[in-house]
Amino acid sequence: MARSFYPPEAFSPRPSQFFLLPFRFTRFNDQELLVNEAGEFLLAPKGTARGLVDGTIDTTSALYKDLKAKHFAYDDTSSPLLDVLATKIRTKYDHLDGGTKLHIFVVTLRCEHSCHYCQVSRQTASKDEFDMSRETADRSISLMFDSPASHVTLELQGGEPLLAFEMIQYIVSGAKEQAEVRRKTLNLVVTTNLACATDEMLLYFRDEGVKVSTSLDGPAFLHNKNRPRPGNDSYERAIDGIERSRVILGYDNVAALMTTTSTSLDHVKEIIDEYVRREFHTIFLRPISPYGFAVKTKTRTGYEIEKFLDFYKQGLSYILEINRSGYRLSEIYAQILLSKILTPHGTGYVDLQSPAGEAWNVLVYNYNGDVFASDESRMLAEMQDWTFRLGNVHRDTRHSLFTSEAALNMFEASCNQSLAGCSDCAFQPYCGADPIYHHATQGDMYGHRPTSGFCTRNMEVIKHLFSFIEKDDPLTMGIFWSWLTGGPVPTEGLQCA
Amino acid sequence: MRLTTAGSAWNFAGEIVGRLTADNLPQPVRGEYIRFFGQGAAQVGDLAGYRAVLSHDDFLTDLPKVDRLRESDHFRSADVVVLDGATGFVRSLYRPYEQHHSLFVTERCSSNCLMCSQPPKDKDDVETLATRNRELIKLIDPALPYLTITGGEPTLLGDHLFRLIDQLKTSLPNTELHILTNGRTFAWPGYAQRLAALNHPNLCLGVPLYSDFPGEHDYVVQAKGAFDQTVAGLHQAARNGIRVEIRIVLHRLTIPRLVRLAEFIYRNLSFVEHVALMGLEYVGYTPRNIGELWIDPFDYQSELEKTVRYLSVRNLSVSIYNHQLCILRPSLWQYARKSISDWKNIYLTECQSCGVLEECGGLFKWGVKKHSEYIHALPHSS
Repeated sequence: MARSFYPPEAFSPRPSQFFLLPFRFTRFNDQELLVNEAGEFLLAPKGTARGLVDGTIDTTSALYKDLKAKHFAYDDTSSPLLDVLATKIRTKYDHLDGGTKLHIFVVTLRCEHSCHYCQVSRQTASKDEFDMSRETADRSISLMFDSPASHVTLELQGGEPLLAFEMIQYIVSGAKEQAEVRRKTLNLVVTTNLACATDEMLLYFRDEGVKVSTSLDGPAFLHNKNRPRPGNDSYERAIDGIERSRVILGYDNVAALMTTTSTSLDHVKEIIDEYVRREFHTIFLRPISPYGFAVKTKTRTGYEIEKFLDFYKQGLSYILEINRSGYRLSEIYAQILLSKILTPHGTGYVDLQSPAGEAWNVLVYNYNGDVFASDESRMLAEMQDWTFRLGNVHRDTRHSLFTSEAALNMFEASCNQSLAGCSDCAFQPYCGADPIYHHATQGDMYGHRPTSGFCTRNMEVIKHLFSFIEKDDPLTMGIFWSWLTGGPVPTEGLQCA
Repeated sequence: MRLTTAGSAWNFAGEIVGRLTADNLPQPVRGEYIRFFGQGAAQVGDLAGYRAVLSHDDFLTDLPKVDRLRESDHFRSADVVVLDGATGFVRSLYRPYEQHHSLFVTERCSSNCLMCSQPPKDKDDVETLATRNRELIKLIDPALPYLTITGGEPTLLGDHLFRLIDQLKTSLPNTELHILTNGRTFAWPGYAQRLAALNHPNLCLGVPLYSDFPGEHDYVVQAKGAFDQTVAGLHQAARNGIRVEIRIVLHRLTIPRLVRLAEFIYRNLSFVEHVALMGLEYVGYTPRNIGELWIDPFDYQSELEKTVRYLSVRNLSVSIYNHQLCILRPSLWQYARKSISDWKNIYLTECQSCGVLEECGGLFKWGVKKHSEYIHALPHSS
């Protein structure tokens, strides 16, 4: 008994009207860029947003199909699949699950470097004054594990933490013991300039599974200029330390970060070349934080953000060139943003989140027991601004830290969904909120978007990345995707047509 | 390769499932065997213990038998066949030497796809087929790597499907199961949980999705609301830890939004473990709807390549089924699989001189009647 077939109209009746789902939009070059609540985007002809709002888009057009399939609109001919949209949004906010994962321990403020951009370090041999005490370490470890997270990362920082190597050993063994008792996974990282790293220390890190994160600002002239120390040999010691660390700990357990000073701005290629020469496969073109040195000088960010953006774009283009030649080198900031724009997933990156990552994703335990919402907030404290000190390990519990006046004030300004200038920005799902930055630079946690360096930087970088997405050059996009997936880097000869 | 034949059935009612043997087996091991006699084979008298007799020629026995077969050349020892006492039909169910194996569980279906290769029938065959498959599974080699459960729509079996999977879990614990389903039933609360609760260690659903736009998918499958149910069902499956694969048949109605569909899958169904892009089969309903469905595969290479690239750069595993290498752009060859079951797989005359014949999946045997205009022999590659 054969069944009969029905015509298309029987299944796809023309909807009498359509309804909107949440989205934001902006003009982008000659098109409009529409972004839905889950960060999915559509580059569409000018007038699309208006047509959506006015209800004038032809529901039989390909454009309408795109809009409906991407959760911008729905109609009465099928379910809006809100569960699916909810799942997509939840996936984007996955990093919120479990609470604070990164815990920074400032084991000492002492440092043998005297970097211009750092205001927290102290040039002293006295251990008593600026080192973390055992009591403080014990309490900090306990608070760290009070976080609901089942995996926590403990980052040993300074100053130069290797100057307090005994305290590192004390913390590592104490944290491991507690991790077992509390049944949590513990990752360990030490952030060091490596200048004083002995082989014994590196062997210890290897045996204890502590990863090394170090600083490399560029070639010798630049690195040594940025990072003065007695003997003017910071670069030579860093390189020597990186080589030895790789031999002892293994290549994958050694990472480097750079800081962009005003001197760096003219040397982006040299900086990148240095990373390639040292066989690094990631580089993070980071602007200097507007704290410490920068706030005290006349130009608040150490340099104009526009200059940094030129530096960044030049750098990114050079990095793409290097990838095209077959050497994998990913730029971390682009990678973070592209992951937010192009994938269904969020990222764990602390400095570009909404709700802001401060406290929710990171806590800093200072040498004296003070607890801060981020590394930047403790730098402010070194300049007598205690706004973001949530409490002290000797007085507080996780509960009292998170309900402190300082925390609650900050949380108010932590969601870009509800910040003026952000809530209706097309890039809101890709961006973050940074109450600490805005407090430091504008004297107001909520901040003023048109004059915000944070906003300018992120808007520009996101737009820059969208211009690549709009062009859709298979090779460039293939390189970006290789950064996101860890897949092989496509090269010119091998690309698909 | 032939699947069915018929003869005269005697001495039994209903169905008998058994394994063929042309040899004279010792009596104690005869229990699951059907003794087979080919054309002109000498007839033996000692048949006690066999499940039945199958004979090309006239055969005299009191055992259940089907004799006077129209065809018998396709039978080989160890084939599992089913004999129908009412009609004399003999169907091959399982041939150990083949690459692809499946359990056919029902002809009923809740959809009515325009290009269905196995048009649904509205008759209740569930009990008969459940009994047949229960017997068949007992005769399948436990070393079988891979088994497809297909129909019709397997989830219409109700409890029988759960029982079947449970039996497979016990008797073929190392065999990966692939259930071809339209996924709609999984939208019901509790259905995915029930399947997941069976705890089969190696099970994956193969679910078709034909557009990112509900109305277009619903038209292709001829069922209103199917898109919503399938997408909801896929989410239910994933939430319960059931693995899923998406299967897309390529034709004139699915090509225009194919890249968008890949995008929809990546964004909304990012949990899928594989996407199969499949050539149209010229069988079942397809010939009736060919005017609406046909696009020469040569003419959709650009869309196909874009879609494959879209998925593969995102680390989504993607394969192309039922396409000939001479039609596919070279960049797509690495995704092409030899996917056609042996018994329905053929090559054209012009293929015989082709340099990459060995690597090519060829055509469905019904592809002889309708295939790309651009099929041609390729030179040897090296």
